[in-house]
Amino acid sequence: MARFLLKRILMLIPLMIGITLITFTVIHLAPGEPVEMQMAMNPKVGKEARERLTKFYGLDKPLHEQYLSWVGKLVRLDLGRSFSSDNRPVVDKIKERLPVTISLNVIALLLEFGLAIPIGILAATRRDTWLDKGITVFVFVGFAVPTFWLALLLMYFFGVRLNWLPISGLHTLGSDSWSSLRYLADMGKHLIMPVMVASFGSLAGLSRYMRSAMLNVISQDYITTARAKGLPERVVIYKHALRNALLPLITLLGFSIPGLIGGSVIFETIFAIPGMGQLFYQGAMSRDYPVVMGILVIGACLTLIGNLIADIGYALADPRIRHGEG
Amino acid sequence: MMPSGVRCLLVALFFCSALAACSKSESISAHPAPSSSAIPATGDSLVEGTIGEASTLIPLLATDSSSHAVAGQIYNGLVKYDKNLNIVGDLAESFYISKDGLTITFHLHTGVKWHDGTPLTSRDVLYTYRVTIDPKTPTAYAEDFKQVKSIAAPDAHTIRVTYDAPFAPALASWGVSILPAHLLEGKDITRSPLARAPVGTGPYRFKEWVSSQKIVLEFNPDYFEGRPYIDRFIYRIIPDSSTMYMELKAGAIDLMNLSPVQYARQTSSENFTSRFNKYRYPSSTYLYMGYNLRHPLFGDKRIRQAMTAAINKDELIQGVLFGMGQKAHGPIVPGRWAYNPAVKDIAYNPKFASELLAQAGWKDKNSEGILIKDGKPFKFTILTNQGNQQRLMTAQIIQQRLRQVGIDVKIRIVEWAAFLKEFVNKGNFEVVLLAWSISQDPDMFDVWHSSKNKPGELNFIGYNNAEVDRLLIEGRNTFDIQKRTRAYFRIQEILADEQPYTFLYVPDALPVVSSRIRGVEPSPAGIGHNQNRWYVPKNEQVY
Repeated sequence: MARFLLKRILMLIPLMIGITLITFTVIHLAPGEPVEMQMAMNPKVGKEARERLTKFYGLDKPLHEQYLSWVGKLVRLDLGRSFSSDNRPVVDKIKERLPVTISLNVIALLLEFGLAIPIGILAATRRDTWLDKGITVFVFVGFAVPTFWLALLLMYFFGVRLNWLPISGLHTLGSDSWSSLRYLADMGKHLIMPVMVASFGSLAGLSRYMRSAMLNVISQDYITTARAKGLPERVVIYKHALRNALLPLITLLGFSIPGLIGGSVIFETIFAIPGMGQLFYQGAMSRDYPVVMGILVIGACLTLIGNLIADIGYALADPRIRHGEG
Repeated sequence: MMPSGVRCLLVALFFCSALAACSKSESISAHPAPSSSAIPATGDSLVEGTIGEASTLIPLLATDSSSHAVAGQIYNGLVKYDKNLNIVGDLAESFYISKDGLTITFHLHTGVKWHDGTPLTSRDVLYTYRVTIDPKTPTAYAEDFKQVKSIAAPDAHTIRVTYDAPFAPALASWGVSILPAHLLEGKDITRSPLARAPVGTGPYRFKEWVSSQKIVLEFNPDYFEGRPYIDRFIYRIIPDSSTMYMELKAGAIDLMNLSPVQYARQTSSENFTSRFNKYRYPSSTYLYMGYNLRHPLFGDKRIRQAMTAAINKDELIQGVLFGMGQKAHGPIVPGRWAYNPAVKDIAYNPKFASELLAQAGWKDKNSEGILIKDGKPFKFTILTNQGNQQRLMTAQIIQQRLRQVGIDVKIRIVEWAAFLKEFVNKGNFEVVLLAWSISQDPDMFDVWHSSKNKPGELNFIGYNNAEVDRLLIEGRNTFDIQKRTRAYFRIQEILADEQPYTFLYVPDALPVVSSRIRGVEPSPAGIGHNQNRWYVPKNEQVY
């Protein structure tokens, strides 16, 4: 086992190098440069000012030197400083956005799975009834509705018309001075609409998976046996069938883990939520190399770690993998 | 910069307060603020919605308008533009320009204090000058200061600046924010904590900045012009304009800029007009179609004139701006002193366009109705940047109009970074659709002088006219308004005849302010010029 682990971890090193190389190349291949983005088309900017900024960012050096200096810092866990005019460390920029993104994604993920599973079961056990068809229509509407449109309708209805929910942002102005309970409740209220909109779209896919997995399991012999034993239907479905039917969903859950640090640009922009999606998008648009590369590398690392954990999990479960025969 | 804010303008930033987009023509206000009905009172907050987040609050290092809007409340310059766009003293109590136009002397107000209590002196001005021209400072604003020959501070409240030659934009260039020397001198300005916690001399002090959410400013009780009425200025960052509009309607923000469709169609209900005041005045930008004069097709003046004659500018303003704008005839926005009202524009006249094209040799049409000359069809591509719906719509209307005179136009949308690098800077385009945002001073040397046509410079269409070159230099090397007016009037005549651009339109600025806020005074400089005199009557205060 130890040898397997060691081998697996050593293999990460070339992978990491490959990731940094690809990340660096891709962003530098994109046309346009950070300096251009900040200074082009401004009559008050002379050639010198441009060269000054280019030098300041170290963009005047040959590419391989730029790459080595970036990787050198990366090894020391330093992501460098942003190329935007605030010139802040990239780590700070990511740090202040990560908690919001992760918590929002986790809540949305829990909600998606929490709703998709019962919906799927319901649709499967009442297959081809009006309920099943109704659910199908409902989830596909959710799948088809554009997020921004739904968001605006909800905002208008709950925010402007009924005035029940705050429209955007995370906090009410002046909430800093409230008690922590009230403060959290306020934040919760702000999250209702974003979470609703974020989960609605994914319900369709997940509940369909659940439905088909369930149907698949129900038609198997051991379920017939269970029923033949005279077990109540509730026990048959929830105890015997559900466990097996959940397996594909668990795989899907695994896939969504690296996505937790990513965010959706459209969605964050509409609800004015300061998340990772916006940071990445703005970074990419303004050719803020360190920010873009930083986020990409972190994402890649999380994926690698996720895979590693999965592999270890498989290895623990399956001796063939452990001994390298499989 | 922001996605939608990847606005391809040169940002004329010096006096850019949030709404100080300006023109000298009469400002039209749909609902003038009720002026006398209440007594000015201190207190309350004003919440402004902003699409983009400020990047740094050291204005010297910032290139985006969001940063300058916030910094405008925190810092002062030596001079500023008043509501009628005259240059008046700000931190400078008075200033004198010597007879030969070579020396400017500023006398600072005494008793002005930085927000941390330290008194402002001429040392701060000297520092601001030095750090700006320091080659190590990555700033976009060094050019005007490079014309300075020498600078001296005879005493703690006097500054004397000398130039090699009279330089008209010089005075306005001292409107840059003066930075606190006692906090910055001898330190690396790019790593200064002031970028996120600034200390200035302005009417508002910095209080709090929650990244991507809000920036909070609080009144400065010791402001040298007196305490501002409103206690807090809060900038809420809302990247989507539809969301911002919802927030406005829900009462969560007090001030934002409307889009033309919002102004014309969505804000006329009784309910809305009783709660908000809408304002409307020409902004200081103009949209244009620029021809690559190095391209054989557009080297001929008649062709460029024909294009202008084939385009219906009124239709563009109606279709794209819902009427919220006016036609542009040249590079100066109507209402400025340098604007020449007598310039004859080429009116919409497709027949005349066809005649001009025929004179240039484009007489025959092929089976699809496209003009041909020597067997080649008349076709080109209009290039514009991604993320600007108004520009796309403008291009589409132009495309259809040009098709009617037999010109086959394609539209290509390119993301901003690539647009600059691959097309504009390399001269690799036929026609571009872009906008210029112009500063108060009419100096436009960088856009039109023939020496400014190298890659990355602003005369990217390759315009070259000896008389214009001479007039541009004449216009910037004198303080004599009459001489300058003559020069710029003539330039506009020449440009109107030569049509290196087809000048399309000047959109209106359309700010909306909660009716709870009083004292808003629309003027040629917009509504942002007296924000520290705005107030909310005691019985209407909500925060």
